[in-house]
Amino acid sequence: MIDGLLLAAETGGHAAATGDGFFTDYMWLVPLLPFVSFLVIFFFGKKMPDRGSGVGIAAIGIAFALSMLGFIELAAGNASVHKSWTWFRLGSGFELELGMNYDFLCGIMFIVVTTISLLVQVYSTGYMHDDKRYTWFFAVLSLFTSSMLFLVIANNLLQLLVGWEGVGVCSYFLIGHYWEEKENSSAAMKAFITTRIGDIGMMFGIFVLFIAGHTFNIIDLNHAAEEGHIAETTLTIGALLLFCGAIGKSAQFPLHVWLPDAMAGPTPVSALIHAATMVVAGVYLVARMFLVFEHAGIALDVVAVIASITMLIAAILALVQDDIKRVLAYSTISQLAYMMAALGVGAYTAGVFHLFTHAFFKALLFLGSGSLIHAVHSNNMSDMGGLRKFMPHTFKTFIIGSLALAGIFPLAGFFSKDEIIGGALRVASHGTRISAWIVLVSALLTAFLTALYMTRACVKTFWGEYRGHGHPHESPGSMVTPLWILAVASITVGFLGIPVIGPFADWINVPGEAHHKFDTFYNIILPAGSVALAAFAIAIGWQMFGKNRWQYNILGGPFAWLYRFVENKYYLDEIYMRGIVKPIQYGLSRAAYWFNQKVLDGIVDGTAAATLATSKVTYRVVDQQVVDFAVNGAAGLTGWTGGLLRYIQSGNVQRYAAVLFAGIALFIAVFALT
Amino acid sequence: MPVSYFLILAALLFAIGIYGVLARQNAVLILLSVELMLNAVNINLVAFSAMLGERGIAGQIFALFIVAVAAAEVGVGLAIVILIYRNRRTSDVDEMSLMKW
Amino acid sequence: MAETWQEIVFWIIAVGMSASALRMVTTRNVVHAALYLVGTLLGAAALYILLMAQFIAWVQVLVYVGAVIVLMLFGLMLTRAPIGGGAYDNDQRLVAALCAGAMFGVTSWILYRAFEGQSISFTTDGGTSPEAIGTAIFTSFVLPFEAVSILLLAALIGAVVLARRDERPGGDR
Repeated sequence: MIDGLLLAAETGGHAAATGDGFFTDYMWLVPLLPFVSFLVIFFFGKKMPDRGSGVGIAAIGIAFALSMLGFIELAAGNASVHKSWTWFRLGSGFELELGMNYDFLCGIMFIVVTTISLLVQVYSTGYMHDDKRYTWFFAVLSLFTSSMLFLVIANNLLQLLVGWEGVGVCSYFLIGHYWEEKENSSAAMKAFITTRIGDIGMMFGIFVLFIAGHTFNIIDLNHAAEEGHIAETTLTIGALLLFCGAIGKSAQFPLHVWLPDAMAGPTPVSALIHAATMVVAGVYLVARMFLVFEHAGIALDVVAVIASITMLIAAILALVQDDIKRVLAYSTISQLAYMMAALGVGAYTAGVFHLFTHAFFKALLFLGSGSLIHAVHSNNMSDMGGLRKFMPHTFKTFIIGSLALAGIFPLAGFFSKDEIIGGALRVASHGTRISAWIVLVSALLTAFLTALYMTRACVKTFWGEYRGHGHPHESPGSMVTPLWILAVASITVGFLGIPVIGPFADWINVPGEAHHKFDTFYNIILPAGSVALAAFAIAIGWQMFGKNRWQYNILGGPFAWLYRFVENKYYLDEIYMRGIVKPIQYGLSRAAYWFNQKVLDGIVDGTAAATLATSKVTYRVVDQQVVDFAVNGAAGLTGWTGGLLRYIQSGNVQRYAAVLFAGIALFIAVFALT
Repeated sequence: MPVSYFLILAALLFAIGIYGVLARQNAVLILLSVELMLNAVNINLVAFSAMLGERGIAGQIFALFIVAVAAAEVGVGLAIVILIYRNRRTSDVDEMSLMKW
Repeated sequence: MAETWQEIVFWIIAVGMSASALRMVTTRNVVHAALYLVGTLLGAAALYILLMAQFIAWVQVLVYVGAVIVLMLFGLMLTRAPIGGGAYDNDQRLVAALCAGAMFGVTSWILYRAFEGQSISFTTDGGTSPEAIGTAIFTSFVLPFEAVSILLLAALIGAVVLARRDERPGGDR
C-alpha cells in the first residue's frame, strides 16, 4: 500500500498547481504512524519496559510534528495536496480509490487530533499507571488516533466510512475498558449500537450520492453539487441521510443518549474521544460535504433545527447532574450542537473555529476532572468540595477551562462562540431563513445556561467544605503538565480567529462566504453583550450554588416534578427502552426465533429426515439386495466355477480318462461335421 | 449283410468298455474293460476283412497282432497292479490319487 | 434269402455279446465280471467264424479266453479282490455313462455314414485258410511280426521283473 501511494506520488495522481510543499506530500504518514504503533504495541507492548506507552507517544509525537510542519507549509502559501490511487475497478463506473486530500480543513483537524491525542497519552501514563490492561489501552488509543486521522484525510466517502467505523469500534473498546462492571460494558454497547443506527442512514446517504454523482470522491461530489449536476431532491435526501450519521456520531438529538453513559470509560478516553476528536467527526462530515449540504434544499435547515433542540436540552440536563463527568458530557453535546448550528446557518468558518477551540478547553476540563476523580476516588460532586486548597494546579486550569467554555473575553471560547452568534444573527437579519432565528435564540439561551452550569460545577467542586472521606492531594506531574499546556492553548488559540484580522478565516472558508469587514455592531456591541450575559449567569450561579448550599433545589415544591423530569433526562432513555428496544427484543426477536425454529429448522430437519429415509431404503433395497446380491453372486459364481474346475485336478486317473474320452468324442464330432 | 451291423456292434462294445474303464473301482476290472475295448476293435477289423474279401487279409493279420499285444499288455498290467497292491494294500484306483498338485 | 440265417445268427450272437458285456461292467462280483467277459470273448469268436475267419477265432479262444482270462483271475486272487461281491463302482458313473454314450453315438454315426451301403457277401469257398494267413505274415507282414515278438519278450521280462519279490539284502520291503 505504501508502494502504491509512493507510485501514485511519482506518477502523479492529481498534483497541485502552485508550489508543492515538502511535508505536505508526506501527510499520509500522519495516519500511518499511529497505526504502525498500534501494531507494535499490540504485538510487542507487554515486553517493553514502559509497557508500550513509549512507542505510542513517540508515534503520535512525530505525527504531531508532521502535522504542524504540514500546516505551516499550507499556511505559507503552498497548495493543498490531493493524491489518489485506484485500488480496484469493478466493471465500468465503480472505482474504489484510496487517497489523501490535505487542505486547510484537514490540516486543522490534524493539529487538533494529534495535539489532544499526544497530551492524553502523556496524561494516561500517570492516570492509568496501575491499570492491568495498560498496554492494550495504549494500543487502542493509537488505533483510534490512526482511524480518526484516516477519516480526516480521506478524499472519498468510502475511505471516510472506514475511518468512521474504525473510531466507532475503538470507542467501544475504550468505553468498555473496565468491562468487569456490567454497566460499563452495557454503556459501550449502547454507544456502539446508537451510533450504528446513525451509520445506517449515513451509508444509504453515501449510496444515494454515489448513484447520483457516479463517484465517491468528496471533491468531485462537492463540485457536482455546486454546479447543479445532481438533482436537488436527490441531494437533499443524500445530505439528510449523511446527516443521520452525524447525528449518531456527534450525539445530536435524538441519538445523544449514548454520550453521558459513555463516561463509564476512563477519563483520558472521555477527554480524547468524547470531547475533542471522535464526536466532532459528525461536524467534520458536514463541513467536508458542505457544498452538498448547501445546495441540498432544506438539509441545512434541518441541521440547524436539530442542533438547536439539542443544545438546549443538553444544557438543561447539565444543570442537574451530580457526576462531574456527566456535566461535561452534556456540555459537550451542547457545544457540538453549537458547531452544527453554525454550519446549519452557513457560518462555516465559525463552526469549524468553534470545533478547534472547543477541543482544547473541553479536553482540559475532562483531564482536570480526571485529576479530581483520581484525587477523591469518586466521580460525584457531592463527594467533592473545597478542593481549591488541596489541588491548586487542577483548580487554576479548571477555572481557565470553565471561563473559556462560558465564553469570557479573552479566552478561546469567547471568540468562537461569539462568531457563531454573530453568524446566526447575520443570516437571520437577512430574513431568508427561519432556522437562523431558532438558532439565534437557542444559542443565546444556551450561552446563558452554559455559564450557569459551569459555575455550579466549579462552586461545588472547589469551594465550600470538603465532603469526601479521603485525603485529596495534587496529581503527579504527568497529569498536571498536560493540563497547563491545554490551559495555555485555551488562552491563546482564540486569537487565531479574531474577526477581520485573524488568519483562521483565510484558512477555513467556503467560497461565497463573505470576508467580513470590521463592523461596530458585530465586532464590539454583540461580543460585549454575550460576555455580559455570561457574567450575569455566573453571578446568579454563584448566588444559587455557592456558600455551601449544594442541596438547593432550584425549583422548589410545586415544580418538583419538573426537576425530576429533567433529572431523569426527560425519560428519553425509558421511551427508547420501552418503545424501541423491548419490542424488538421480545416481539421481533421472538418472531424471528419462531421462524428459525419452525420454518428454517423444519426445512433442515425435513431434509435430514428425507435423507435418512432415502438412506434406509437405499441400504435395504439397493445395497443389501441388489448390490450384495451381485457381490455375493460373483463370489458364489467364482466358488462354483472353482468347484467345477476342481474336478479336473483330482489326481484320479479315471477322472482324467473321462475327460480324455469326452474330448475325443467331441473331437471326432467336430472333425466329422466339418 | 450290411457291414454296418458289425461296425455298430463293435462301437457298442467299445462304448461299454469305456464305461467300464471310467466307472470301475478295482484295477483288475479296469483291465478287463480294456480287453473288451480291444476286442471290439478286433471285431471291426475282421468285419472289414470279410467285407474286402481276398484283399482284406491284412485285417485278420492286424487282429492277430492286436491279440498278441493285448496279451502282453495284460501281463505287464497285472504285474503293475500286483506291485501296487503290495505297496498300498489296496487295488482301489480311487486311492491312487497321487497325481494331484 | 440264403443270407438271412447269417443275420439271424448274427443277431443272436450280438445280443448275447452285448448283454454279457453290459453285465460285465455292472456286476459287483469280480469273478462274475471275468466270466461275463469270457462270454463276450466267446461270442466274438463265434462272430469270427461267421465272418469266415476261423484261424482268428481259434486264436481268440486260445489266447484270450485261455490265457488272458486266467491271468485276470490270478490277478484278482493275488490282489485280494473282494471275491464274493462288494466291488463298487466309483462316483463318476454318470460321467462315464455320458462319455460312453457320446462315444458310441459319435463313432456309430460316423461308421454308419461311412460304410452305409457296403455289405459283406458270404462266400462258400471255406473262408481264409491258415495257409493264407501264414503266407501273409511271413511275406508282407514279417516286420510287424518280428516287432511283436520283441514286444512279447519285453513284456515277459518286464512282468517277471515287476512281480518279483525284492530279495536284495537290506532292501525296503
